Amino acid sequence: MVLGGDEPTGSLVRPYAVTRGRTRPQLEIALEALVETTARGRSGQFLGGREQKVIVDLCGGRLQSLAEIAARMEVPLGVARVLVADMAADGLLAVHAPTGFSDDHADESVGTELLERVLSGLRRL
Amino acid sequence: MNSPADTSRVTSAKIVIAGGFGVGKTTLVGSVSEITPLTTEAIMTSASEGVDDNNLVPDKATTTVAMDFGRITIDQDLILYLFGTPGQTRFWFMWDELVRGAIGAIVLVDTRRLADCFSVIDFFEHRKLPYLVAVNCFDGKQLHDLQDIRDALQISPEVPLLYTDARNRESTKQVLIKLVEYVLSMRRTRTVGVG
Repeated sequence: MVLGGDEPTGSLVRPYAVTRGRTRPQLEIALEALVETTARGRSGQFLGGREQKVIVDLCGGRLQSLAEIAARMEVPLGVARVLVADMAADGLLAVHAPTGFSDDHADESVGTELLERVLSGLRRL
Repeated sequence: MNSPADTSRVTSAKIVIAGGFGVGKTTLVGSVSEITPLTTEAIMTSASEGVDDNNLVPDKATTTVAMDFGRITIDQDLILYLFGTPGQTRFWFMWDELVRGAIGAIVLVDTRRLADCFSVIDFFEHRKLPYLVAVNCFDGKQLHDLQDIRDALQISPEVPLLYTDARNRESTKQVLIKLVEYVLSMRRTRTVGVG
């Protein structure tokens, strides 16, 4: 962050305050990665702040992507990423990696099978 | 990670919806999304690399870039996301993250402002991200011949080019199907080429 001293930063209300100023997540999480509350998260015993409770509730029903979590909590993507990564490290959330297609190292057959599933899913819409 | 065994294969994929400002990207996303399109914001706190008009962004500026997106549940364990690109193409730093791992992209075009998508097409070609061009027909008017548009955009003959109505669910669905079919056909050609 390049925010200067204690000066106000315009319309932003210090979005990284909830991460105690940390901007680097413990884990790189893609925009579309799906997040799910684990049994440990659901137990509610290990939750830190209010944000953790919100995320656990949000991802306790149907799966939510990182982008959805950020949008529904109305926090910037980077903030959601730090929060989710911390909670995943604590075993409160499970993060399901997306299937990448443009990655040269990606398994071609896995990608092709998934594309076929996407195609039939779209045709069923 | 202690995820339940029955969801161990849960995964997601994304398609990028690109095009100039006001061309109808969010409308297109909304026409097929199972949720009302959501907006997620990213904050840029320092100048990004490789941006031509960097000097337009004052030093130490905090810029918020918004992206609209929608969601389609393909199966219980497979969710497809449609991400609209930020309207202003100078926010390339966000595009890197948007295109990473994407199935492909739809470039939505308004024939009245064709030049708006030149830089977008350049970007996808440079990234080798498969894309198609969908010409948004406002009020159902097909103002131009597709071949003229193809010539103007200088896209190669294999890139699919079609008319669409971004407001229409069926029309958007056909565009998405066309893109996935195209990506699959490219993969098959590549496999045959190797073997």
